Amino acid sequence: MSTTAPDFNLRASGRVRRRQAVNRLSLLAASGSAVLAVAVLLLLIVSVIVKSAGALNLDFITQTPAAFGQTGGGIANALVGTGLLILVAMAMAVPIGVFAGIYTSEFARPGPSAIVRLVLDVLNGVPSIVIGIFIFGLLVVGHHQSGFAGSVALAIIMLPIIARSTQEVLALVPGTVKEAGLALGISRWRTFLAVVLPAAYGGIITATLLGVARVAGETAPLLFTSSIAPNTVTTNVSQALPSIPVTIFTYSESPNPEQHQQAWAAALVLIVFVLLISIVARLFAARARRRALGR
Amino acid sequence: MAPSDSTRTETEQSAAQPAVGAPSAAELRAAAQTDLGERRADARPAPLQTARGMEARDVLAWYGASQALKGISLPFAPNQVTALIGPSGCGKSTFVRCLNRMHEEIPGGRVEGQITLDGHDIYASDADPVTVRSKIGMVFQKPNPFPTKSIFDNVAAGLKLSGGKRVKRSDLRDRVESSLRGAGLWEEVKDRLSAPGMSLSGGQQQRLCIARAIAVEPEVVLMDEPCSALDPVATLRIEELIHELRQRYTIVIVTHNMQQAARVADSTAFMLSGELVEFAPTNKIFTDPDDERTEQYVTGKFG
Repeated sequence: MSTTAPDFNLRASGRVRRRQAVNRLSLLAASGSAVLAVAVLLLLIVSVIVKSAGALNLDFITQTPAAFGQTGGGIANALVGTGLLILVAMAMAVPIGVFAGIYTSEFARPGPSAIVRLVLDVLNGVPSIVIGIFIFGLLVVGHHQSGFAGSVALAIIMLPIIARSTQEVLALVPGTVKEAGLALGISRWRTFLAVVLPAAYGGIITATLLGVARVAGETAPLLFTSSIAPNTVTTNVSQALPSIPVTIFTYSESPNPEQHQQAWAAALVLIVFVLLISIVARLFAARARRRALGR
Repeated sequence: MAPSDSTRTETEQSAAQPAVGAPSAAELRAAAQTDLGERRADARPAPLQTARGMEARDVLAWYGASQALKGISLPFAPNQVTALIGPSGCGKSTFVRCLNRMHEEIPGGRVEGQITLDGHDIYASDADPVTVRSKIGMVFQKPNPFPTKSIFDNVAAGLKLSGGKRVKRSDLRDRVESSLRGAGLWEEVKDRLSAPGMSLSGGQQQRLCIARAIAVEPEVVLMDEPCSALDPVATLRIEELIHELRQRYTIVIVTHNMQQAARVADSTAFMLSGELVEFAPTNKIFTDPDDERTEQYVTGKFG
């Protein structure tokens, strides 16, 4: 028989009970929100698949759009165009972005580095339609639309993403490792090339892929710069190139219901492309993190 | 490393210190006497290779506007171990980083005064910091092997990448082996030289870093609390290693652990608030210091 007071027990009471209730409620809200976030993507993908069902077949990817008044046809021209637009944009944005990231992370003094990072963040926040109209004024007015102008606009959108991600992955490599190189009598740039870069290059690939994933679906800048495009497969970047996002936009406004369905199918192709790129980017990111930290 | 970082780690260590048990004066005296008195007087071998000594004269150092060193003058005799002791933030790590021009790599880091290696001013206008560092190697607080490199490549990195003359491929293997032997690691790693350096245990990683530092054949090896991240067994191995390294190199070791200073050092300097309080043979510092503050510090009354 216990000698303590009869009301002695180990059950929760008072504030503890209230806290437990709040805890259960918060947990429910948090997990509910997480499920909702996942559900949005699932719902989106399912509805795109359902609505594009009739239009999606091999021809859709391999054929050019059907001539006026005919049915069938595909978006091969837009696929090639989007691929080309992205490649040219990468050729411009990847070197500049990677070097800017290297500069801010490794070689700049803290002051200039902070300024460059701030500017890159601001540039990242500029709406793509603003970049589109800027390039429109710069390269299209007085000339004509071109794939090159579109790529320049996409490159400007990619640039801050690549530069900032590169800078962040380089910063992951511990400062003590850089010190070790310097203390061995290895110059700063050789330490960077031989020790820091190998630990971080997977992350730089991730940075590039994230940039690609971001611009693959950009529509606004291309409407200004590369939207009056031919229905044939073309690789001439001095003329407007067809692209998937612009195709989705024009088809969805078309009076022809078959083209509505094709717009959905093109959207599905775009989603799958971006999804694949994101997954590959994640794989590289995980690998880069392991290597940078030496695990 | 940013100054705030080093302060933080030092604080953590001093917080961890009491757990080990503050050494009593008698223990320290015993440690100093065993190691310095008996072993060294009788059994200390002649140096296998004569290293060069260093001398610091009136060294001042800053982090931006805050002054960390207020005029330190110290000689570092060739083939001797000199320990720097003192409470957290006293400037001992800063000072040791001035000795191979690493302090200036920190943004805002500035050094004045004169530091010579065998009479040559390492801060002379025509002295190249990269070359200076190849003569004055450094081992850091936390083991920092190069993350993507194998054991072999970690040791060979300095030889392959520093500006000095090229080492032939066949010689490279010999140099890696002799450096790993010199760091007492060869027997443990000889069958897996291509394994990542990071796959070793903490103590092995630190010995790998020592091998990497001595592979470029420096004159001086600076050690900034080399055992503070290691367990007692690994610590003991490094301390034994320091006795051997002294036969080839001049050694400067920063330590928080007073028994360690007593065990490994020929001379010990006690620093406080950026100033040198006392510099003397180690057993004098621990048994009969001239300065009252040194006495208080080594008997655990503060710090």
